[in-house]
Amino acid sequence: MPEPAASALLEMRGISKSFPGVRALDGVSFEIRAGEVHALVGENGAGKSTLMKILAGAQPADAGEIVMDGTAVQIGGPRDAERYGIAMIYQEFNLVPQLDVAANVVLGREPVRAGGWLDGGAARAVAAAAVKQLGLELPLTIPVGRLAVAQQQMVEIAKALVRKARVLVMDEPTAALTDREIDHLFETIRTLRERGVGIVYISHRLEELPRIADRITVLRDGRVVGGGTVAELPQHEMIRLMVGREMDQYYPPLPPLDPAAPVVLAVRDLRSGSVVRGVSFDVHAGEILGMAGLVGAGRTEIVRAIAAADIPSGGEVSIDGKPLHAHGPHDAIAAGIALVTEDRKGQGLVLGMSIRENVTLPHLELFSQRFGFVDRASEGKATRDLVQELRIRTPSIEQRARNLSGGTQQKVVLAKWLTERARLFLFDEPTRGIDVGAKAEIYELMTELAKQGAAVVMVSSELPEVLGMSHRIVVVRDGTIAGVLTRAEATRERVMSLATTAHGAA
Amino acid sequence: MGTAIDSKAIEQRARSAAVRAWLRYGVVAALVVMLLALVAYFTRGAFLDPGNLINVLRQITYNAILAAGQTFVIITAGIDLSVGSLVSLCGVVMAMAANALPFHGVALVAAVLVVGALVGAAAGFINALPVVRLGLPPFITTLAMMLMARGLAYKLSHGRPIPIDSDAFNTIGIGFTLRGLGHLFKLPGIPVAVLWMAVVLIVSGVVLARTRFGRYVYAIGGNIEAARLAGIPNRRVITAVYVISGICAAVASLLLLARFQSGSPQTGFGFELTVIAAVVVGGTSLFGGSGTIAGTFVGALLIGVLNNVMNLANVESYTQDIALGAVILLALILDQVRKRIWS
Ligand SMILES: Nc1ncnc2c1ncn2[C@@H]1O[C@H](COP(=O)(O)OP(=O)(O)OP(=O)(O)O)[C@@H](O)[C@H]1O
Ligand SMILES: [Mg+2]
Repeated sequence: MPEPAASALLEMRGISKSFPGVRALDGVSFEIRAGEVHALVGENGAGKSTLMKILAGAQPADAGEIVMDGTAVQIGGPRDAERYGIAMIYQEFNLVPQLDVAANVVLGREPVRAGGWLDGGAARAVAAAAVKQLGLELPLTIPVGRLAVAQQQMVEIAKALVRKARVLVMDEPTAALTDREIDHLFETIRTLRERGVGIVYISHRLEELPRIADRITVLRDGRVVGGGTVAELPQHEMIRLMVGREMDQYYPPLPPLDPAAPVVLAVRDLRSGSVVRGVSFDVHAGEILGMAGLVGAGRTEIVRAIAAADIPSGGEVSIDGKPLHAHGPHDAIAAGIALVTEDRKGQGLVLGMSIRENVTLPHLELFSQRFGFVDRASEGKATRDLVQELRIRTPSIEQRARNLSGGTQQKVVLAKWLTERARLFLFDEPTRGIDVGAKAEIYELMTELAKQGAAVVMVSSELPEVLGMSHRIVVVRDGTIAGVLTRAEATRERVMSLATTAHGAA
Repeated sequence: MGTAIDSKAIEQRARSAAVRAWLRYGVVAALVVMLLALVAYFTRGAFLDPGNLINVLRQITYNAILAAGQTFVIITAGIDLSVGSLVSLCGVVMAMAANALPFHGVALVAAVLVVGALVGAAAGFINALPVVRLGLPPFITTLAMMLMARGLAYKLSHGRPIPIDSDAFNTIGIGFTLRGLGHLFKLPGIPVAVLWMAVVLIVSGVVLARTRFGRYVYAIGGNIEAARLAGIPNRRVITAVYVISGICAAVASLLLLARFQSGSPQTGFGFELTVIAAVVVGGTSLFGGSGTIAGTFVGALLIGVLNNVMNLANVESYTQDIALGAVILLALILDQVRKRIWS
């Protein structure tokens, strides 16, 4: 690994930023050197995204300065940032889905012929060169909307390269990727690093940092609380800095399974869309069932079909022995099913609404009086209790969901389904984008729900989490169940082999 | 921890929300005041005459009632282009009913209103059906209804206004109420029609802001998929907002019927545009998810004042259109600026 050059390419000094009721950043200093990967970590709401938005000109700072190559610069908007070679890849990509890969890569700097005509050939050449430099293979003439998430991300990186980015910021780039795709991404990042690009890498997956990062800076409550090289900061030390206390026990002990516990959820030959092709399994009261498999294996579709978010095309779902004939989520909710979706912005939250309004939405009837009037006082009380229970960081329950940090939004989605304790909880990637402290809290919450007699299904792409948190593990492959493992049988290798090979049934 | 939930912070937030609300209506209010000053100048005080002010209120009655219904629709990110035609259709049907039904006095008015409301509600239901069942855009379904209702109104009336025989509608049409209050301003009272408007606005305002149904309306406009997954009966709520808009058309139509003592197939022609303008000027987003009845009222008032003033100042009608368009644009620009400042 080449030693990073000691001089800073870019420096942020004493950056402060407040939102109404929130001090998001408080005198933060942060530097990026050429040819290094600098990881930025911290709890949800610590201020990571805000710091990077200031760098990208998406938000103005209240105080502080940004120094590039030794001179102070003003970044008043995204155009300035681009001029200084700062590129940012947000979790929601900035791509035009209808345009093809080449057109997206050159977007905004399309090569033109005399007279202003677009030069498609030159565009493809430019894009092809960028893709090649990154050591990638991308189909240049396919609309970006049809690519997989990981490929779209590569398009973003190619775009940054064409813009001659010297600093590249990636906000949680691995959150939606498979292990394979992550390996690929890391290789691309290394290529960029060798070319002298300074990379800021934000992630909640601390275990991946030793593989990719050179240096680490830890933020807590809008301040820098520590930093150093990867070697200087082992994971437990990083966590201690992030949460401000020692965190020894990561996965809580699972409550023992009562062998006589009744079956809460019975799924028989469930079929849905073209993806779910005959799935059967049971979940007992007090049990946490992990659902593992590759991205695209059909796990999300299975839980959606159970919760009638998609109407199954065949098979049967019963709750407490009673067959469920749901015509939509409404019926499933009435039967005691809670689906905590993976995509919080698209399906989980009404971003323009307050935390209170979001939290009470699925069970508003519990907060209604005569004539359908909503009782705001009782709404407020229930919401405040949940905000406390889940340690949701917000100045007020009236804060709009749009203004919350990514992980905080995820907690609000969880809170929505806790106003009324359901019989069956279906968690789809419940800890995606959530910090270590909050993860532990969510695990705690799941075991608590199980202890109270609910059945819990947890879909997760993070194997350690599935292994650590499940009584049993169902492995899904190609829309069918490839095998069921008990906690004792389950190992990383067995789960992976079931998930990937065509004949590994247990 | 830095962001503990203390009640002081919440209080502060509540207060800043109040400030925000002030700012929101303040922009529009400032516009109104500015206009008033200009107006008072150009009309040499005629505008500020209490009689004229009451007149303005009376003139915006129909628009405000229709806009209240439209506000529900637009908050769900829909649109109802059929309201103008529905006013015409309901007017014709109600006039026929008024002449045919064997009732007198208040009973006749009530019966006629019920007939009109049924027509409006049915039209709203039909508007919504393809939207909720097939996912067709409401722009198209209500455009179709606009044509059908207009055609039907002409067919039923043979293209001519239908005069009503009964005098039971006089009170609503030209009557005054709250005479005590009126005398304070040396007026005969508040027009009954204005009272109807007040009732419609208050009821819709309360339903939208305070009830479960109202909350669902906002949720659907804000994120329809999240609403569905939260178990909200989206189809029923969306159907309801178009039905409400149809019923509002019937109510506005009744007031017009009473005012002109006849139901004409031409009455509501072109109403939909002023209605939508009032809603949008009042701060409701065409993208759905936000908006208030109070804002809509201010929007209707602004448009009403403008019309009134230009009439008083003898501005000819084409110039009036230009001015009206410019003011709508200006109001929207100001609203955007306000949002930028506060986001
Ligand atoms: N537009 C905004 N309005 C109000 N508050 C905001 C806004 N944007 C961010 N905040 C607040 O600033 C704080 C920092 O948020 P930020 O998004 O930077 O956190 P983060 O470290 O990226 O967290 P996560 O890991 O959850 O993504 C949070 O308390 C958040 O609620
Ligand atoms: Mg973030």
